[in-house]
Amino acid sequence: MAEARPGRVVPAGTTGLVNNTIEFSAVDGPGNRFVVFTQGCNLDCVACHNPYTINPCIDCGDCVATCPSGALSLDRAGKVLWDASTCTGTEVCIDVCEYDSTPKARTLAVADLLGQLRPAVPFLSGITVSGGEATQQPAFVRSLFAAVKAEFGRLTCFVDTNGDVEAATWNLLHDVMDAAMVDLKCLDDDIHRRITGGSNARVLESIRLLAARGKLHEVRLLLLDGVNDADDLLAATGQWLASIDPRMRVKVIGFRNHGVRPSPVPLREPTAGQRAHYADVLRTQGDFDLVVV
Amino acid sequence: MESFRAEAEKLVTSRALGYDQKLRRLAAQAVSALPYPSLSPLCAEALDARVICDMFEGNRPFTPRYVLPDYAKALRNGVAYLELEPPTTLDDALSFLTILYSQVPSVTTYPVYLGDLDALLEPFVPADLPDAELDAKLRRFWIQLDRMLPDAFVHADVGPSDSRMVRAIWRVERSLRQVVPNLTMKVSPDTPDDLIEDAVRTVFETGKPHFVNHPMMLADHGEEYAVVSCYNSLKVRGGAHSLVRLNLKRAVDRHAGGLDAFCEEALPHWVELTAELGEARIRSLVEDQGFFESHFLATEGLIDLDRFSLMFGIFGLAECVNELMAREGLNARYGHDDAANAASWRITHRIAELVAARPLPYCGGGGGFAYLHSQSGIDLDLDATAGTRIPIGDEPGLREHIAACAPHHELFAAGISDIFAVDETVTANPQAMVDVIRGALAVGMRDFTFNVDSNEFIRITGYLVRKSDLVGIEEHGARHSSDYLAATAEINHTVTTRAIKRVIAAELSPHVG
Repeated sequence: MAEARPGRVVPAGTTGLVNNTIEFSAVDGPGNRFVVFTQGCNLDCVACHNPYTINPCIDCGDCVATCPSGALSLDRAGKVLWDASTCTGTEVCIDVCEYDSTPKARTLAVADLLGQLRPAVPFLSGITVSGGEATQQPAFVRSLFAAVKAEFGRLTCFVDTNGDVEAATWNLLHDVMDAAMVDLKCLDDDIHRRITGGSNARVLESIRLLAARGKLHEVRLLLLDGVNDADDLLAATGQWLASIDPRMRVKVIGFRNHGVRPSPVPLREPTAGQRAHYADVLRTQGDFDLVVV
Repeated sequence: MESFRAEAEKLVTSRALGYDQKLRRLAAQAVSALPYPSLSPLCAEALDARVICDMFEGNRPFTPRYVLPDYAKALRNGVAYLELEPPTTLDDALSFLTILYSQVPSVTTYPVYLGDLDALLEPFVPADLPDAELDAKLRRFWIQLDRMLPDAFVHADVGPSDSRMVRAIWRVERSLRQVVPNLTMKVSPDTPDDLIEDAVRTVFETGKPHFVNHPMMLADHGEEYAVVSCYNSLKVRGGAHSLVRLNLKRAVDRHAGGLDAFCEEALPHWVELTAELGEARIRSLVEDQGFFESHFLATEGLIDLDRFSLMFGIFGLAECVNELMAREGLNARYGHDDAANAASWRITHRIAELVAARPLPYCGGGGGFAYLHSQSGIDLDLDATAGTRIPIGDEPGLREHIAACAPHHELFAAGISDIFAVDETVTANPQAMVDVIRGALAVGMRDFTFNVDSNEFIRITGYLVRKSDLVGIEEHGARHSSDYLAATAEINHTVTTRAIKRVIAAELSPHVG
């Protein structure tokens, strides 16, 4: 590849807007994984645990003066700048942001991420791109996965997604992505709209398509007490999932309040007993590989 | 003599110690009443000031510290001294080994090595024996070990290959959740992932086993090696005469100057005095007490003097490095800064070089030299971090932690340890732990030990105790002798309140390790 020169146009997809990376994660797919969290999501879920990843920064500058360590400033063009070396991680900037964003997301090149990944490789099963919503930056994800596959063929490449994306995106990722983990917030479209701000039509289609292609690692059901956890709804969900693959890996995740914004919909955590009950209801519909967390 | 009487008086009247524990402690007191082997004034002063240390093994060693009998040979040929014929069935083999263990000496008074039990026992497992019956036999054996050899330094090895026996061992371990035996699994690139995962699930339940780098061990010791006690890798049919250790923190405290001066002037001085202490103890054991002339393990060829050596231990590297960095005017900390890590590697490489240039008698196991050992501490160490470890609570992230420690590991043929405490979430994804273990060994770790935060079992130096066994130990005593050491370690080091990433170390007051 030709060396990048100043002024040269960066090829599409070789940079991405990244919120953060984690070197080792045991909770983002099979085995130990390097995780890239992208910035920006097309849904607006009431139960989102990291709402500061939903929108890109609009450079309003509201956070700049609140930073206790002086790590934020405005450049001459009025863009918010974040200095990682002086940041003390108080997260005051995220607390004061009214746009569900953060001044700390950065545009990173695939090469930068590979540099971060390289020393961790002996310890990994693979890499996962999560969010935000990974599929909002499909060309970047494709470039990243292609680069990982080229240098570390052993590593698997996973996407953690809300599934609300066109088939064209899955086509684009097909040959570099090993599998996806898809959230299904609710099978009932009205409830889905109420808790995510959007329809589930594309989500359901993504699950069908990925399963048919052997690219579906698991479906996650994030269940909120009294919102999307009714027995008949769960049974219908189980029936629908079983019609696609009766042995599907299904992860039942009990909602937890950590990090969540104030919500117009009442948000309550299901008890351990409720979570076990969800699994029992799903089990009546299929021989699922069920994980309850 | 006055203090001997006072100590003996305290032991015989104790309401907390058991009969057997009193007997063993009285014996240790008696040995310590004998005169010490002759040392030069400089060496004696360094020992007295505890810059160098003999691990309180006793003034006149009459057994090697660690003995690794060739159990395979014993099972093949029988043992004349014990009037034991070679066993032919699994029941006979288990009984044979149990009897033999009762006669294997060590500094702890219990055997520190029980054998590579999967390899030893697999030939006795009939193909048609159902798993349930195999487990029942093994379970009975395991309970015997824990009750008859109640010491967490009693250690068995398994791996690197898969077998019915190793799978049964993991099942029985998880169902019994005992302190004894301590366990090490040998891991090679050929060891199947799902066997390592089975072992990882066992760690989730019991805090055992440790995982060791089989190819690295083979390069140092050959095919017949084992890990014994805690983190001591030695030759089978051999062992370690003694363990002497150098406190790098005290060494640096007694020496002016920076890193260069420490490596070029201080280290040669202290390494020589440590070696002198080791040599005096070896000669006392071999020449004066004549262990190898009389013990049946030696006379029947189950151990071989030529496969023994001295363990040369170091500890307090973290404090030593941090002090030298301060003297150099650098704001650098071991485990966190490149300059400090580089200094630590330079120090251990310099020590390795000095130890490899200091011949010692009766050390054929190490080719005529001592084995280097990163000593994981005793319960009396208050001012110095175990071995080459990063201080408790100050550890960086897991990968940086491994990157700082791994370059030391290849130097320490007789064992080195860093303990990693991992978050409970990993129990839902054991493959993640398999990945980390594979990675750690691939980047040059000799040993990888981890604990799950929240486990009932805690590691003190490398041995295990149950937290519940430490409660009230001063009043009513404990069945495992190692629990006493742990209780002191807990008081001195607050091991159960440490930061989420690890554990501490501390072995023993008078005589063990």
